[in-house]
Amino acid sequence: MVFRHIIALAIKEFLALLRDKRSRMVIIGPPIAQLLIFGFAATYDLNNVPVAIYDEDRGTAARELVSRIEGSPNFQVITTISHDSEVAPLIDNKKVLLVLHIGQHFSGDLMQGRTAPLQAILDGRNSNTAMIAMNYLRSILLDYNRSWLESQGRSGPLVTLQTRAWYNENLQSRWFIVPGIIGLLTLVVTMLVTALSVAREREAGTFDQLLVTPLRPVEILIGKAIPGIVIGLLEASLIIVLMVLFFDIPLRGSLGALYLGIMLFLLSAVGIGLMISAIAITQQQAVLGAFLFLVPAVILSGFSTPIANMPQVIQWLTYLNPLRYFLVIVRGVTLEGDGYALLTNQYWPMAIIGVVSLLLAGWLFRNRMY
Amino acid sequence: MRKLARMRLLGMIRKESLQILRDPSSISIAFVLPMVLLFLFGYGVSLDARLIPVGIVIEQPDTTTQSLAGAFERSEFFQPSYFDNIQTAQQMLNERHIDGILWMRNNFSSNLLAGGEAPIGLIINGVDSNQANITQGYIQGTWLAWLSRYAESRGQPLPIPVSLEQRVWFNAALSSRLFLVPGLIAIIMTMIGSLLTALVVAREWERGTMEALMVTPLRIGEMLAGKLIPYFVLGMAGMLFSVAMAVWQFDVPLRGSFWLLVVSSALFMLVALAIGLLISIISKNQFVAGQLAIIVTFLPAFILSGFLFDINSMPEWVQLITHLVPARYFVAILQTLFLAGDVWPVVLSNMGALLIMLLFFFALVWRKSHKHLE
Repeated sequence: MVFRHIIALAIKEFLALLRDKRSRMVIIGPPIAQLLIFGFAATYDLNNVPVAIYDEDRGTAARELVSRIEGSPNFQVITTISHDSEVAPLIDNKKVLLVLHIGQHFSGDLMQGRTAPLQAILDGRNSNTAMIAMNYLRSILLDYNRSWLESQGRSGPLVTLQTRAWYNENLQSRWFIVPGIIGLLTLVVTMLVTALSVAREREAGTFDQLLVTPLRPVEILIGKAIPGIVIGLLEASLIIVLMVLFFDIPLRGSLGALYLGIMLFLLSAVGIGLMISAIAITQQQAVLGAFLFLVPAVILSGFSTPIANMPQVIQWLTYLNPLRYFLVIVRGVTLEGDGYALLTNQYWPMAIIGVVSLLLAGWLFRNRMY
Repeated sequence: MRKLARMRLLGMIRKESLQILRDPSSISIAFVLPMVLLFLFGYGVSLDARLIPVGIVIEQPDTTTQSLAGAFERSEFFQPSYFDNIQTAQQMLNERHIDGILWMRNNFSSNLLAGGEAPIGLIINGVDSNQANITQGYIQGTWLAWLSRYAESRGQPLPIPVSLEQRVWFNAALSSRLFLVPGLIAIIMTMIGSLLTALVVAREWERGTMEALMVTPLRIGEMLAGKLIPYFVLGMAGMLFSVAMAVWQFDVPLRGSFWLLVVSSALFMLVALAIGLLISIISKNQFVAGQLAIIVTFLPAFILSGFLFDINSMPEWVQLITHLVPARYFVAILQTLFLAGDVWPVVLSNMGALLIMLLFFFALVWRKSHKHLE
């Protein structure tokens, strides 16, 4: 292996990539914009859920309950209705997510110590939103019940549940999503940079020329891998800085452990990118191939939905996905304060994926000819 | 003269169609990718938690703690493991083996029998806040149900002043599959319409065949139509295929009318194609076109469309940006048509927005194409 060869090839790759003004822009500008928009947009927390109140009781007890709903930051009472027929149009047209129906006998039942039913009608089109809104409503009701009993001089349930959340104390979904975006954006940019690198030369016919130069396949492989790794590393670092400064996400663990993870993650991403590039004949096939890998990789990584909820067969499939391991590392380091020891089981699978895919890519360089 | 124009158009369509049919990657993005996505989302992706691993710490085992643990054992939502001290359980939480800890201290039962306060500690791994909320909800529900049974068994029924009756419309079982699969159709069509078109046309610019086309007698309108029609057909085929999969494979109900679905899909497809064309005209290079298409169309369709994350919860300025994402309107139409039915105000207002976007983007494409003829 000649070091000089590798450097020369890497410089050429960088030039091919950065010479074009639009390519330069595409690598730097959009990912930053994405981080900012997605960082704010990707949240499961609900605020200002539009609510309609359908109060047939109008007693003090009912008013007290309504004022608690109005006081919650999660709900926003936008209208009150007085007829059954008004419910359907409000929900169908997405004017409200929730209609709260307080029956005629609500206060009466409460006064006489009977259980008073409260009816909640929800728009289930987005089942997750409906479920979260339901949970908010339940905890308001739990409080309401407790203070009602106290005001009647009776004690509520003696067994209480004292809940604490670790690592993400206020349960903000931004803390969960934004570190994940580091993995997502770094993967997208790195994959595209590497997936096109060989395919571009194949399409232009210069790859055959490269193969007959004194450069050995290993040197070509490393030279082609360097730009992807360098760009990915810069991209990831930039996003980490923005994450800490802009989104106030804590960085509780060891930075070294995070960067070891980034390096191994980039190695596997570049390996897979080069493999796709070596298989593709044209640039279009390379981009589509990268896409065919990227989409399932993002979906099956635990970025937005937990791996534990997936069927067993698909869970096995996720072991092939480098993003799966990296997300554990990045969340572990930022939120849980992990160091090297706790992350060992995430490091070695990425290293294996990286080495195997790079070897395959190298083999394909020589053996896939037209 | 008219006959000649038709011949030119047909020739153009034939060329584009052959190009699609001869490249396996185009076919795969129109049929293989939708199938993979539908299977992944239909079977793989779920926000519904099940078998949550929880650690139950019992410092002093007796019949009361046993009966509470039994309630968790019987629930379909939990997979409990037991510890006799909190330190071991916290260690397990730290190593991500369990998601939550339920902690009954050694004076739990005696306090409960004596009628004093008997708090139970609940520690949850909050990293995934959404799942943490859901887990917390399930644990609370299981615990409340146990508590009322326990009180009843001791002859002191638990007073519950207000009980909640929930009625969830359109998706009574709150299955996340029913809302993810319809939204997915918007993502699939975005990929066919924008990504594929952007790449194909950018390749013509890169190779210089676009200029060659421009010096033929082909008019600009004919050229655009010739380019768009084959991809339009491909995209609509992908859409029909996805709808069939959604209804027959994943049992998603189609409560609205089919023709309305087809009309609104066609409208969205045209918008996606126009954006794809615009990207290719601006970038003229496959690398840039690929990156731009993913960043401008695919990722926003995924995150800013309401497909996964609720738009109402986003900050005001992000909500404004979502109005620029065509998938936003289409996702609203899809979720309504599939789950709720023909709700005209929702469908029409969103179709109106798509129509405006269509006119805007076509005007841009038209102008840009003319420019390059000069």
